Amino acid sequence: MANFIDRRLNSKNKSTVNRQRFLRRYKNQIKKSVADAINQRGVTDIESGENIVIPKKDLSEPIFHQGEGGVRDKVHPGNDQFITGDRINKPPKQQGQGSGQGDASNSGEGEDDFTFSISKEEYLNLLFEDLELPNLEKNQLDKLIEYKTVRSGFCAEGVPANIDIVKSLQGSIARRIAMTSSKRKCLKECQQALEKLQQDKHDHVQEERELTVQINDLKKRIAKVPFIDTFDLRFRNFAKQAVPTSKAVMFCLMDVSGSMDQATKEMAKRFYILLYLFLSRTYKNIDVVYIRHHTQAKEVDEHEFFYSQETGGTIASSALELMDEIITERYNDSQWNIYGAQASDGDNWADDSPHCKSILINKILPKTRYFSYIEITQRAHQTLWQHYHNVSQTHANFAIRHIKEVADIYPVFRELFKKNTKNAA
Amino acid sequence: MVTKNTKTSEQTTALDDCADWTFELLGQYQTEIARVAEHYRLSTYTNQIEVITTEQMMDAYASIGMPIGYSHWTFGKKFIQTEQTYKRGQMGLAYEIVINSDPCISYLMEENTMPMQALVMAHACYGHNSFFKGNYLFKSWTDASSIIDYLLFSKNYIAQCEQKHGISEVEATLDACHALMNHGVDRYKRPQKISLDEELKRQEERAEYLQSQVNALWRTVPDMKKEKNIKQYLFPSEPQENILYFIEKNAPLLKSWQREIVRIVRKISQYFYPQKQTQVMNEGWACFWHYTILNHLYDEGLVTDKFMLEFLHSHTNVVAQPEYNSKFYSGINPYALGFNMFIDIRRICEHPTEEDKQYFPDIAGSNWLDTLHFAMENFKDESFISQYLSPKLIRDFKLFHIHDDAKDNFVEIGAIHNEQGYQQVRHKLANQYNLSNLEVNIQIIDANIDGDRALTLRYIPYHDIELGNSKTEVLKHLHYLWQFDVKIVQEQAGGEDKIIAQCPEPNIQK
Repeated sequence: MANFIDRRLNSKNKSTVNRQRFLRRYKNQIKKSVADAINQRGVTDIESGENIVIPKKDLSEPIFHQGEGGVRDKVHPGNDQFITGDRINKPPKQQGQGSGQGDASNSGEGEDDFTFSISKEEYLNLLFEDLELPNLEKNQLDKLIEYKTVRSGFCAEGVPANIDIVKSLQGSIARRIAMTSSKRKCLKECQQALEKLQQDKHDHVQEERELTVQINDLKKRIAKVPFIDTFDLRFRNFAKQAVPTSKAVMFCLMDVSGSMDQATKEMAKRFYILLYLFLSRTYKNIDVVYIRHHTQAKEVDEHEFFYSQETGGTIASSALELMDEIITERYNDSQWNIYGAQASDGDNWADDSPHCKSILINKILPKTRYFSYIEITQRAHQTLWQHYHNVSQTHANFAIRHIKEVADIYPVFRELFKKNTKNAA
Repeated sequence: MVTKNTKTSEQTTALDDCADWTFELLGQYQTEIARVAEHYRLSTYTNQIEVITTEQMMDAYASIGMPIGYSHWTFGKKFIQTEQTYKRGQMGLAYEIVINSDPCISYLMEENTMPMQALVMAHACYGHNSFFKGNYLFKSWTDASSIIDYLLFSKNYIAQCEQKHGISEVEATLDACHALMNHGVDRYKRPQKISLDEELKRQEERAEYLQSQVNALWRTVPDMKKEKNIKQYLFPSEPQENILYFIEKNAPLLKSWQREIVRIVRKISQYFYPQKQTQVMNEGWACFWHYTILNHLYDEGLVTDKFMLEFLHSHTNVVAQPEYNSKFYSGINPYALGFNMFIDIRRICEHPTEEDKQYFPDIAGSNWLDTLHFAMENFKDESFISQYLSPKLIRDFKLFHIHDDAKDNFVEIGAIHNEQGYQQVRHKLANQYNLSNLEVNIQIIDANIDGDRALTLRYIPYHDIELGNSKTEVLKHLHYLWQFDVKIVQEQAGGEDKIIAQCPEPNIQK
């Protein structure tokens, strides 16, 4: 009458398709939520997914339903005090509803937000949709510096530690079969002949003796074939294969002179977060180096980078020089993918700007994958911008952008890294 | 299968009542439950009992209980909602889901204890299952043997459409159909059964035929102009309540694959239509039988006291009815009402009082099993309540009726559980389950096929209740399908029609 089926082992995530449809359908709302959420994160926090909030009314599926007004009859259980004809005044709020105008269209719906979590993967995909790392293809080939040892078949020579026993014994069996086949054939014939003679009615003493000697001789010769020979040995072979490095280092350079206020730094921080998240999609290990500068540059930790205040003038080249030193010292450009991001409000000592330009062109840009400069200011551009602008004209891996307010950051980031079909061709 | 209907006394060793279930144990309980069910003449489809995990149960929730569903974002949304509320502990999952199909598929949660699994088997595999097979609504509206095939067909068909015409177009069509899903049922006409073979065979043919018919609407016939003055041609000739059916057959610009999707949604809507109308009866029937069957097993000594205590704990939770002023109150619990009504019918048959004899002369003292089967087979919620709700039950539930007129600033107690009130309480409660009072009454009255093809629908209010605010949004969906102007009119006090919603919105705003 009944069949039992254990469905527990069936594939999970049956509704994954529907989930993807849902994310696809509400992509715009979700993307907005994702872009908002970036503000709440630390620079290197990439493990967590994100909570997405969508206004519930955007999600509602309308159907015809009964609205307000009219006469309603309801039956309820648990009468403890009423008798027929009792009148109970409605609370004033309900009265207002009764005379509601037809125009108040959406106010009747619950305005709760619909909140749900997306995974880290989904989060990053949404955040960086249509973006790609610049210059990746071009540089990759001449930077194959890390090697990985991979298996590549078998060879006849090698160290004992690499002996492959199965392969070697297969060789041994094959060799023994090959070397003894004629003798075994001969032996078989002799044994058959001997048997025949023994069954014969007449005596063949002489012949039997000869055959027995022959058989013993053959057996000895078969036994003499060695069980294993150096010829049989097979060794596992290894080869070195070049792999593109998966290490990256990201240099965050920021001006912390008196003219940079906390709000400007917050904006820069968001830009760094985006860059970090973006790099983490491609690279397994990412180091972040924070360099702050006023007239002198200093390597600091994240907290100090964003939250300590310094006063004084601004010499941007000091940071660039320090970056170059650190690269030479710790981050060999043949092993690390180097990215730089500089943020400033544009203030710089006028004589220093040409110097910045030359450091960039001669020392830093040849080693880095990509260097971006963002200027966060409401004012007109100064000398630094002009010099950098010249550099960006001639160097493909250098880009500058201007940010005026918080809302610009994400669009500017997208602009910097958007898929460039022209360059790729 | 030949089984003895009553166990002889020497065989009564109790079944294992440990909390952890095994498939072997499930089988033993199932055999015993089946034996007792047969004793009570419960006729069922073959049972297919599937053990599933929590996540799979949430999947089943999201796809509104369809074992195979086409892909659509709304199911994704429902899954996320279910998952959220479940994870936050705001909602427990059902112990089972049962599907009206032949064989009847029941899902049991792996987390249930053995007594729970026994309860669920008795409830779903014999209670609901026999209801699906016996009730007249299910018999005439659904075809249990072909529903799985049809769902599979629709899933594949929609997947094909997505490949051919793109996800976005299919999604828009489905969205529009979902908005009108409740208006895809012929309420007054019994539908033909869905048969997969027939569907497949005729689908191509139908697509071509329909397209040719629709083209006919477009044909310019010179004679028309002369005739127009003579006769005001009205199409459709009678108001159409099945909006999706009308769209499928008459929408001028729909592509044939879109018509097929409209049809699929319409058929699925029809499949669920009886379930909406028999919630009280269906749950009541299932609760009555899990209660009766497991008590029968207890009387035979097959289940232990420990088993019964756990079972009764769950059972009382399910059939609890909070009172109107309780913080847990959210309307009348269909499990409680249905269960108590069936128990009460049995009481009226077995131990009728004078009052019962007066109110139910035809069933008082009759064979309870015959009466119960008759009630299950021939009623839906509305008629079931107006037929069988007894004064005793009204007193037990202390039911009272509230009359609420929006024009007044008070509500009035219309009737309570006393001699004068019984009839009215029963009548009002029955009306509360009348689907045609709950769902809005909207009919297509004119398609103006000789003019601008504007589609006119009429809203006929029930008790002066206005049409809800979402009407404009729904109309956008209808406009997507019809592709010419659509509007809803409502008759005013003076007798003339007033437009209460239209799409596209007229250019001149007030």
